Amino acid sequence: MKPYTLWILTGLILLLLGASLFFGSVTIPIRAVLAILTGQETGQETWEFIVLHSRLPQAVTALFAGAALAVAGLMLQTLFNNPLAGPSILGIDAGAGLGVALIMLLFGGTVGNVAAGLSLSGSFAVITGAFLGAAGILGIILFFSTLVRSTVMLLIIGILVGYITASLISLLHFISDPEGVFSYTMWGMGDFSGVSLNRLPLLCGLLGIGLGIALLLMKPLNALLLGERYAENLGVNVRRVRIGLLVSTGILTAVTTAFCGPVSFIGLAVPHIARLLTGSSNHTLLLPATLLCGAAIALLCNLITVLPGASGLLPLNAITPLIGAPVIIYVIINQKKIQYFN
Amino acid sequence: MVQTAHFPHPPGVLRAEHLAIGYRLGRRGEKRLYDQLSFALHPGELTCLLGPNGAGKSTLLRTIGGTQASLDGALFLEDRELKKFREKERARRIGLVLTDRTMAGGLPVRELVALGRQPHTGFFGRLGREDLRIVEEAIAAVGLEEKSEVYVAELSDGERQKAMIARAIAQECPVLLLDEPTAFLDVVSRIEILNLLHRLATEHGKTILLSTHDLEQALLLSDRLWLLSRERGLECGVVEDLVFSGALGRLFSRNGITFDAGSGSFRPEFPVGKTIAVQAEGTLLFWAKNALMRNGYLPAEEAPLRLEVKAPDQFCVTNGSTPLFQAASFEEFIRRLKSIPDSR
Repeated sequence: MKPYTLWILTGLILLLLGASLFFGSVTIPIRAVLAILTGQETGQETWEFIVLHSRLPQAVTALFAGAALAVAGLMLQTLFNNPLAGPSILGIDAGAGLGVALIMLLFGGTVGNVAAGLSLSGSFAVITGAFLGAAGILGIILFFSTLVRSTVMLLIIGILVGYITASLISLLHFISDPEGVFSYTMWGMGDFSGVSLNRLPLLCGLLGIGLGIALLLMKPLNALLLGERYAENLGVNVRRVRIGLLVSTGILTAVTTAFCGPVSFIGLAVPHIARLLTGSSNHTLLLPATLLCGAAIALLCNLITVLPGASGLLPLNAITPLIGAPVIIYVIINQKKIQYFN
Repeated sequence: MVQTAHFPHPPGVLRAEHLAIGYRLGRRGEKRLYDQLSFALHPGELTCLLGPNGAGKSTLLRTIGGTQASLDGALFLEDRELKKFREKERARRIGLVLTDRTMAGGLPVRELVALGRQPHTGFFGRLGREDLRIVEEAIAAVGLEEKSEVYVAELSDGERQKAMIARAIAQECPVLLLDEPTAFLDVVSRIEILNLLHRLATEHGKTILLSTHDLEQALLLSDRLWLLSRERGLECGVVEDLVFSGALGRLFSRNGITFDAGSGSFRPEFPVGKTIAVQAEGTLLFWAKNALMRNGYLPAEEAPLRLEVKAPDQFCVTNGSTPLFQAASFEEFIRRLKSIPDSR
């Protein structure tokens, strides 16, 4: 047990959170940012707007979304007894995408506030669509998990279901209007900046519920490390716990995807980073560590997206694979040496 | 006749009445493996479940352990139907060691064993001082004190099995069910583990049932045997009674395996052609017979062919009154024996 890792991670998050407020595509002097944050007048209303209404909600969104995706990935990996499971691999965020596509493409630009910009993300209809889509795919995967015992086969089924979802989305593109397709494509690139200050409490509240359920399930998650039969023998009501895990994973993935688009690799890679950092599979340590790691890495990715400065934002989904994929490759190559694989 | 029903059974007594086990196949009905099984397990006794592959040993163990539903009949624990126990109550009474693959490689041994405390701990599974003491005791009971900080992934197969048994011990159940705990282990670990289970039964009064293919060890250490085969169903009894009733002999008869009551071991049925009379003492007689049977000779009281073994390097074979050959080792004896022309 290395509980101090949690403190180090918390420190890192605070550092990154600060950095996200001080750096962005518009250069604002550090002293001015400090003044704005402490509530002093700077005389620059645009700066105030940028710091409080753009950078702050964006950083908080990144923090919560990263934590949510990482914890969802960890729960799926334990539930499916497979360290390579994750929301994107199992097609769950593709499902959320299908729900969003149905809403956006079928109703075109009339839903939400597409006309006003690209911040269609976060409208109630889109969240509902994403949640139903994610829950539907989770249900399908769960149904197959009762038929197929092999987890590798189950992952392949997840990938295939993802393909089917993707082709359904392409078909929808064909019949929908150009504006709908455009806003869907923008949504698909992933973005932490689409959540306004007004919507932020909704995002944080929903993800807080999902994360809360996950924290309540730490004990049965540990029992599930031994497989379902052992868990049952340890007094775990496997059926109820599985439903709890899926509801929590569904909320975390669907809400994040609805607000930020399908953010890849955080759910798959961060639990591995957390395991390597803590050296433990014990969820009482691993789950909080994964939560903090996810928040830190999402904040880091968010910082990288503003690197080009005034010339614009990098798409989020261009950054996350650069960090996530090497971790997965490292883990696969070293799996004989990594304890939790054996 | 004593009406036992009026006396409460001691903890750890587990019995079945008219139990049917097998699989439900959804709408297509069910596959019954056994019907009308009635049996009892007793505290302080080690029971070994023997039977050929595919006889349904794991199914029976899982049904008794409550992780697989029975098709009919009822299981009773301490005179209460097993179904009526809540999950946590049952988890404090029946501990399991299965052959299932686990993902626990990333846990140190101590944390794996501590999982056994789950039925006793609170909502977040926080371990109290008493829990920690029990965990240390369980680790000591299987002799893994040196390894308690080591990751499960870094253990040998035998040590991993011991860690799983320690986990079950930490669960503090009066009943312990183990599915082939000695499979894939070397001789030393097999003997250690069966010895440990025997001690748990006799010294700590646990009720232990394990399935095994380790026949010789089972005959030596188990108080009762359960013989399970598709032909004859479940036969229960004390080892020695089953030897003399011939039940052990019948267990693998279909597969061409016979039980040699003289040596307490199973062996393949050798094609027996010729008989030979053997004169030797003790250990020498046992191994001489062993060599003869393997080479197609049946030891008999009277036969024209006679073997006399005075020492491991003094073999003398005669046919009637004519000496055939002498040999100075088992190897030489067997080679010469094979070169005797077939008289029939």
